[in-house]
Amino acid sequence: MQTFEQLLAAWSRERRQDCYAAATRDAVLAVLEKEILRPQDFMLLLSPAATQCLEAMAARAHDLTLRYFGRAVHLFTPLYLSDICTNQCRYCGFNASNTQQRHHLTVEQALSEAKVIAHMGLQHILLLTGDARHVASPQYIGAVAERIKPYFASIGIEVYSMTTEEYAFLVSKGIDAMTMFQETYDPALYEWLHPAGPKRDYAWRLDAPSRAAAAGLRSVGIGALLGLDDFFQDAFCTGLHAWWLQKTYPAVDIGLSVPRMCPHEGSFAVPHPVDDIHFVQYVTALRCFLPRSPITVSSRESAFMRDHLVPLGITRVSAGVSTAVGGRVEQNDNVGQFEIADHRSVAAMQRALADNGYQAVLKDWEDCSVLPQIAPEESSVLCEHGGR
Amino acid sequence: MDDVFELGGIALTSRLFIGTGKYSADALIPDVCAASGAQVITVAMRRVEKGSEGIVGHIPEHMRLLPNTSGARTAQEAVRLARLARAAGCGNWIKIEVISDSRYLLPDGYETAKAVELLVKEDFVALPYINPDLYVARDCAQAGAAAIMPLGAPIGTNRGLRTKEMIGILIEEMTLPVIVDAGIGRPSQACEAMEMGAAACLVNTAIASADTPVHMAEAFRDAVRAGRMAFLAGLGAERSGGARASSPLTGFLHALGGEHADL
Repeated sequence: MQTFEQLLAAWSRERRQDCYAAATRDAVLAVLEKEILRPQDFMLLLSPAATQCLEAMAARAHDLTLRYFGRAVHLFTPLYLSDICTNQCRYCGFNASNTQQRHHLTVEQALSEAKVIAHMGLQHILLLTGDARHVASPQYIGAVAERIKPYFASIGIEVYSMTTEEYAFLVSKGIDAMTMFQETYDPALYEWLHPAGPKRDYAWRLDAPSRAAAAGLRSVGIGALLGLDDFFQDAFCTGLHAWWLQKTYPAVDIGLSVPRMCPHEGSFAVPHPVDDIHFVQYVTALRCFLPRSPITVSSRESAFMRDHLVPLGITRVSAGVSTAVGGRVEQNDNVGQFEIADHRSVAAMQRALADNGYQAVLKDWEDCSVLPQIAPEESSVLCEHGGR
Repeated sequence: MDDVFELGGIALTSRLFIGTGKYSADALIPDVCAASGAQVITVAMRRVEKGSEGIVGHIPEHMRLLPNTSGARTAQEAVRLARLARAAGCGNWIKIEVISDSRYLLPDGYETAKAVELLVKEDFVALPYINPDLYVARDCAQAGAAAIMPLGAPIGTNRGLRTKEMIGILIEEMTLPVIVDAGIGRPSQACEAMEMGAAACLVNTAIASADTPVHMAEAFRDAVRAGRMAFLAGLGAERSGGARASSPLTGFLHALGGEHADL
């Protein structure tokens, strides 16, 4: 079977550029008439020619989203466990060479934070750490998951790349979802952006979603950090990656995230800022190409942008977000990983969605792989009291 | 018209089953229930919240709950979700969904039939969601299913009775009720399924994602009723093509006269 690296190699940067240059408006409109889209169709939707067809793309994206997800948007929130990091990603607030004070929650502190989140009504939580195995080891992440599990329907992770065995270990601790950002699919740019630390290994990271899927995680999310490379390049590679994962692991829910950098993030000058038109083009093209894939938009985007993207294909949004470690139990001024643009609370997000004609879904998962076995006799007795 | 649908020991007068997913607000559900006239409503256990009323709290008391095992990828996982549903007070009806394909959400026939077998032994009224495959349907029947629920088209597609030929075979061959489940996008398609002899239709996406779900629920109520009445009334035979000479191929026999005149 073809690996993703092989597939990506078949779609070289030069081939992609040639395809984009040859795209026409008519070819884009023809794609929108097709039932099932192939990678070359997705590429046409991302092409410069497609910017003239945004309304038609949005109409199809809206229709597909309505059919497969309805008027329901899933809410989640991140919990930053640790900002200690050994990498020096040039664009990241947790860069190891930054001198800010670092923080790391104990399992009990993590539980306190998680309880605050559960109290907001959220049942889906995303655990994040820096890349520092000596403190935030898989065992530590597993221990946190096990401790907070009673409060959540779903626990996801967004951490460093692990081995298949480590992912399987986390599944056994109740983690069902993972997100891994490749940041950029261009190897040379990737190397420049990641001058030190374990994250330098491009191929190991590229293969992480596949290892996670093979290890039994139910939901695997990917994404490029928009703004690092030319939009057309990373946008296409992200969709291609998701498409390959979906074909290779049909039982796994393959999702996408669309993080976009502001033109200036800290002292890092974003090389290829992505404007709003291309951003909307990306979301609608992804929805048309991968109709049943969840798409997440984070609080990096403004409330205005998020509200308008929901009808076009976004199915997951974060709310009540803090990107700093330990910001919920005790208010502090710890440095966050990135600047938040949408500060709405869970309740405010619910209201905004309702005003927009959408429902916020707080629980959309039941981990049936680890549910305690309920003896038939016991459940029958309960049924007599509650069954209707 | 006295037309009762017996299912799992319950006498139903409505043959439209509805769902709870994809609404802009769960608060719409009571009005949709009323407008649809439905008596059975399916709810995904993955959406049911522990320790609070949540989505179930919006379902009127008179509705029969049909919890489903959405999210299960194996028979064992479906069994666990079914047990959880019963323990949560959702009764002993279970719509078995075992799906391990996230691209098309097509059901796994083998695991579904296994789940039916396991759950029937635990006294559940098992309603398996299946591809309209005669062998899978027979396996489910053999395992004790109360009805079978073949798809008209993949979930959420609103593409109608794409599997019409296969559903027709199931209606013809199976003694169990056939409830057409996914894919129905228009009231006319539900009507068509009922005209064919389906026992009932389950419709969710088409109602929940309509601009006005309550009106669409009403439209489906009438369509299902019309299709059922047409089926019971006995549809006239269809004739394809135009009028034909009465015996174009055997007319020459008339030339022989006498004994062949009745040809």
